[in-house]
Amino acid sequence: MSELQLKDLYDGFRDPDVIKALAKSIIDEAKHLKEPLKLMEVCGGHTHTIMKYGLKQLLPDRIDFIHGPGCPVCIMPKERIDHAITLAQMSDTILLTLGDMIRVPGSKSSLAVERANGYDIRALYSPLDALRIARENPDKKVVFFAIGFETTTPMTAALLELVEKQGITNLYFHINHVLVPPAVDAIMADGQAKINAFIGPAHVSVISGAKIYQPLPEKYSTPVVVSGFEPIDVLQSILMIVRQKNEARCEMEIQYSRSVTLEGNTKAQEMIEKFMEPRVHFRWRGIGDIPYSALALKAQYAAYDAEKIFADILPTEPIDDHKLCICGTILKGLAKPNDCQVFGTACTPNTPMGSCMVSSEGACNAYYRYGAIK
Amino acid sequence: MCLSIPSKVVEIDECNMATVDTMGIKRHVSLDLIADEIHIGDYILIHVGFAMNKIDEEEALQSLELYREMLEAMEEEERRQVIESDDNCENRTQA
Repeated sequence: MSELQLKDLYDGFRDPDVIKALAKSIIDEAKHLKEPLKLMEVCGGHTHTIMKYGLKQLLPDRIDFIHGPGCPVCIMPKERIDHAITLAQMSDTILLTLGDMIRVPGSKSSLAVERANGYDIRALYSPLDALRIARENPDKKVVFFAIGFETTTPMTAALLELVEKQGITNLYFHINHVLVPPAVDAIMADGQAKINAFIGPAHVSVISGAKIYQPLPEKYSTPVVVSGFEPIDVLQSILMIVRQKNEARCEMEIQYSRSVTLEGNTKAQEMIEKFMEPRVHFRWRGIGDIPYSALALKAQYAAYDAEKIFADILPTEPIDDHKLCICGTILKGLAKPNDCQVFGTACTPNTPMGSCMVSSEGACNAYYRYGAIK
Repeated sequence: MCLSIPSKVVEIDECNMATVDTMGIKRHVSLDLIADEIHIGDYILIHVGFAMNKIDEEEALQSLELYREMLEAMEEEERRQVIESDDNCENRTQA
C-alpha cells in the first residue's frame, strides 16, 4: 500500500479543476430537480467552507443554502455568558474557556472586556491545559467554562477523568455542552424554514456516529449526507443529495467515510455517558428552550459542578438578544445575515452585537469575511 | 474550531500522549479517547488537543481515486491542461 501523503490529500480536496468538474455535474443534475433545493448545512464549519470557497456562486440558483445552528459559540444565550462573567469575578478565581467564547457579548459585558478589567480569564487551545493551570495555582479556584457540541464533549469528559484520577480539588466545571439532533428537530418542528435536505456535521459524527441522523430521513422525508469540511467534500455531498432527490430517495448517506462510521467513537461516547446526562431544559440563543438538548454533570459529580457549588451567586433570569440583532432568526434558517439591518454597520467582527458575528463559524462572520452573497 | 487535517503519529509516550506531525508542525495530543491501539505512522484526526479517531488510509485513497476518475471524465485537452498545471501546483513546493 502506497503511503498516503498529506499534500496528496490537500491538493486533491482543494483542486480547483476538481471543484469545477463537480460543480458542473451538480448543475447538470440539478436541472432535473422537481423543486428548488433548500439545503441546511447544520454545522458552522460547513458554512465557513461554503463562503470561503464561494461554492454558492458555482451552483445554480435552485440550490439555496440555509445556515444552521451548529456553532456552539453562536447559540450560547446571554445568561450563560453572564454566568461565566460572574464566576470570573469571584475572588481568587481563574476562568478558562475555548477560543471565541471570550468575545461573545453577555447582557452587559463580555469575558474579553472583563479580562481587560483585570480578571484572570484565559482562552485555552485544549481542555488539557486546565489541568496544568489548576496544578500551578493550588490556592485559586479554576473554573472551566465548557462549550461545544458532541465533538468537544468527550474532551471535557476526558479532562474530568484525569481530574478524578489525579485528585485535583480546585478545578470546577460549568457545562454548556449541546446536542445536534434536538436542535435540528426544533427547527423542523417550527416548520417555517422549508428545509428539504441536510448536510450533516462531520466531526460531531466522528464521535457520535452517523447513526444519530438516521431518524431524519424518516421523520422529515429529507436526504441527509454527512460531509467532510473540504470544498470537494461539500460539493460531493451536494451532488449526492441532488441524486437522491432525482431518484426519489430519502436516505442518510456518509460522504465523509474517511473519518465517519455509523457507530462513531464508542469509547468517547462511554466517557460522556459516565459523567454527563441530558438537561431537561436549555435555552438556545435566538431559538429558545429546547428540552433535552444539552448536557449537565451527573449528581455524583456535584463536587466538580460550578453551577451547583456557586448556585447562590449565578443569575437565573433568561435574557433576550438586542432587538436589532436577528441572530435567532438566522440560526433558525429563516433569514440570511445580510437581511439584518445592523450587519456590517453597527455589527462587525470587531464590534459584534450578536453571537453569529463573533465566531468564525457564525454565519454573519463568514458573510462579512468572504463577501456577502444575496 | 474544526480542523480536519490528518496528523501523522511520530511518537507515543507513557502518559498516552502522542507527538504528531500536522503538515510539518509538531504538536502533543492525548490519545485518551481512542480505543484502538495507535501505532507510529498512523494518521489521526485532532480536535482541541485530543485525537478523535484514526483515519482509514484506504478510505482516503478511495476518495482521491474518485476525484481522479472525475478528471478522467474531462475532455482530453482540458485534462492535459489540468495535469500540466498540477505539475506546477504551488502546494507541492510548500509541503
